[in-house]
Amino acid sequence: MSLELSDVSVGPIGGAALFAPISLLVEPGQVGTLMGPSGIGKSTLLDAIGGHLVHGFAASGRVSLNGRDVLDLPAEARRIGVLFQDAMLFPHLSVGDNLAFGLARHIRGSARSMAVDEALEQAGLAGFANRDPATLSGGQRARAALMRALLAEPQALLLDEPFSRLDASLRAEIRGFVFDHLRARAIPGLMVTHDASDAEAAGGIIVQL
Amino acid sequence: MRDEGRSLRAVVAVILLAGFVLPILAGFAQTGRAAFGVLPAIGAVEWSLDPWRTLAAMPGFGTSLRLSLVTGVGSTVLALMLAAGFCALLHGRMSTAAIGRLLMPLLAAPHASLAIGLAFLLAPSGWIARAMSPWLTGWDRPPDLATVNDAWGVALIIGLLIKEVPFLLLVIGSALGQLPVRAQLAAGRALGYGRGMVWVKVIFPQVYPLIRMPLFIILAFALSVVDMAIILGPSNPPTLAVAITRWFSAPDVALILPASAAGLMQAAVVAGAIALWIGAERLARLIGRWWLSRGGRGYATGPGLWAAGVVVFTLLTLGVLALLALAVWSFAWRWSFPQALPQSWALRAWMTPGAGWGRALQTTLIIGGVTTLASLALAIAWLEGEDRARRGRAAWAQALIYLPLLVPQIGFLYGLNVLFLQVGISGGMLAVIWAQMLFVFPYVMIALSDPWRALDCQHIRAAAALGASPWRRLVAVKLPMLLRPLMVAGAIGFAVSVAQYLPTLFMGAGRVVTLTTEAVTLASGSDRRIVGVYAVLQAGLPFLAYGAALLVPGLVYRNRRELKGGNA
Repeated sequence: MSLELSDVSVGPIGGAALFAPISLLVEPGQVGTLMGPSGIGKSTLLDAIGGHLVHGFAASGRVSLNGRDVLDLPAEARRIGVLFQDAMLFPHLSVGDNLAFGLARHIRGSARSMAVDEALEQAGLAGFANRDPATLSGGQRARAALMRALLAEPQALLLDEPFSRLDASLRAEIRGFVFDHLRARAIPGLMVTHDASDAEAAGGIIVQL
Repeated sequence: MRDEGRSLRAVVAVILLAGFVLPILAGFAQTGRAAFGVLPAIGAVEWSLDPWRTLAAMPGFGTSLRLSLVTGVGSTVLALMLAAGFCALLHGRMSTAAIGRLLMPLLAAPHASLAIGLAFLLAPSGWIARAMSPWLTGWDRPPDLATVNDAWGVALIIGLLIKEVPFLLLVIGSALGQLPVRAQLAAGRALGYGRGMVWVKVIFPQVYPLIRMPLFIILAFALSVVDMAIILGPSNPPTLAVAITRWFSAPDVALILPASAAGLMQAAVVAGAIALWIGAERLARLIGRWWLSRGGRGYATGPGLWAAGVVVFTLLTLGVLALLALAVWSFAWRWSFPQALPQSWALRAWMTPGAGWGRALQTTLIIGGVTTLASLALAIAWLEGEDRARRGRAAWAQALIYLPLLVPQIGFLYGLNVLFLQVGISGGMLAVIWAQMLFVFPYVMIALSDPWRALDCQHIRAAAALGASPWRRLVAVKLPMLLRPLMVAGAIGFAVSVAQYLPTLFMGAGRVVTLTTEAVTLASGSDRRIVGVYAVLQAGLPFLAYGAALLVPGLVYRNRRELKGGNA
């Protein structure tokens, strides 16, 4: 699995592009990093790749995932996961149901709850299935969010400053947790960050916007 | 992907055009034709100005017009001043949510039931007179005073104020929540301005644009209210809207023509009053600028605020006592003047649903339930359509929502009923439900729009990134997260439906009897115990709906901290 951007640019329809066209290739299990000043359009680029652009904006160029063009697909068909700054666990569902929401459809019956339990255990959240997400700590929430994203079996993962709300010690731990999982599953990741240590830890290609 | 949700939006647009805009326009067209002499159903086929001449020659027409203007504009101006003053007095001492919960009974009570309760309170044989007799007044029989239905419309203005001031308090409260009031108050006072002066000169000018639209709705409503004006207003001649209702319902069908002319005039009165109001805004802006730049500090505004506080407190007390009076009377058995409380109590009025209120209650529940659910469904479809198109609302669409609340009902409902008669649905539940939806849907839409947009769109993106289709995102993420606002919007819609008088009266053609139509009919001169039962039920239903809207989400989400409803 690899994520390839060829001459991708984003901007308002009929207006100037936010940045010069970008090309990059992220290999399976690698994490690429987008850096640059605030407001240049890093998050907008992630929106374009994930299929979440707001009305009035359009992307040009090609985004391919394992050779499959995704720009014309709706977000839910792209199989591209997203981790946000906040974990964005659904507040009306329990932690377990949040993970089950992400879990791919082809896993059925009792295998579903087993998959959820296993994922919770991997995240150090065994026994948390019935908990209210609002009662989790920041680190627990971040790990649950990653597990939810991985259970959907994404072919790429976008990381929109996912560690910026965590304090320094937790930051390194969660970062390692996320990158290890991506590497183990050979999923390409693309991260937006302001923090040089994030980029260093990712160890992949770095693109300055 | 720009096509996402296009079919959904097309469906919503067609329903709105065919179900809302067209009926209003067609209703006005019918009324307009009749106003110029053409109503084939009663054999009038010749265009003429006769209806207008007849209207001008109607006994009491001029007085009716004047009464409408005085009560409508007067109550709105007073309500604005009182509510603004009260907010200035109370700000920082009570949260808007707490005020909203306290005012809930008054906000939920339909105009008609509150009016009936107020009549029970203020009438010469009412509770207040009883409480003060004979030890204070010396009366041992009800005095011959017109304390209700007075010729100046004072009772009507009081009734309107009791409904409008709480509504404005809530609207102003939520507007204040968007402003840095505390900091500006401190800044103003540091410059030597009195507390009241900072409110008048700094804060209120920022609040006003945010409450302008609700104010116009209040103005349009007060100018054309029918049920409350029948119960509390002058009776002979009555306000214009009541007079028109009487003419439309008169046995003499020839009166329909001048009534239609008056219906158009009622619309013109509302339009004129709003135009006048906008003119007054301009003037106030000019004068205000000059006044502000003079730099007067005005230490002496405190008493004005306190006066507003006392008046608002009195109004709210009257409102609560009015609702209490309904309950007391419905359980009373023997209660002769001037006893302060009934001498004997009885459940008899409540034990006989067969006497009429059982059926009326059932009809009210069915109509309220259907209109509320249909309005919610339509509002959800509209908002979801906007989401899928990833765009906000066009200004014309926003105006469309407010349209039915700004044009007077009497201007187009009778004309619309003429069309319903031709189609053959007049007098049935469907016609009433349709007509009520015109007024229920806007409130539901207004109540739901802000919370819907406030929903964090990243949750929706997260769901999409997890592979959830648009329908799954709606059903499994958005709607559950919006349970509380959905329930509140539903409760508001239900309350609006229960309170509807004219649509039920006209479209039901006398065959659809709800608590409201029956309460208004019985209000004058019937047994107060029976009227009390109708009015209590009418006020109780919306109250229960609001209660459910507050309780159910808390119960469903008792284990979900973020959705439990904060400090509620």
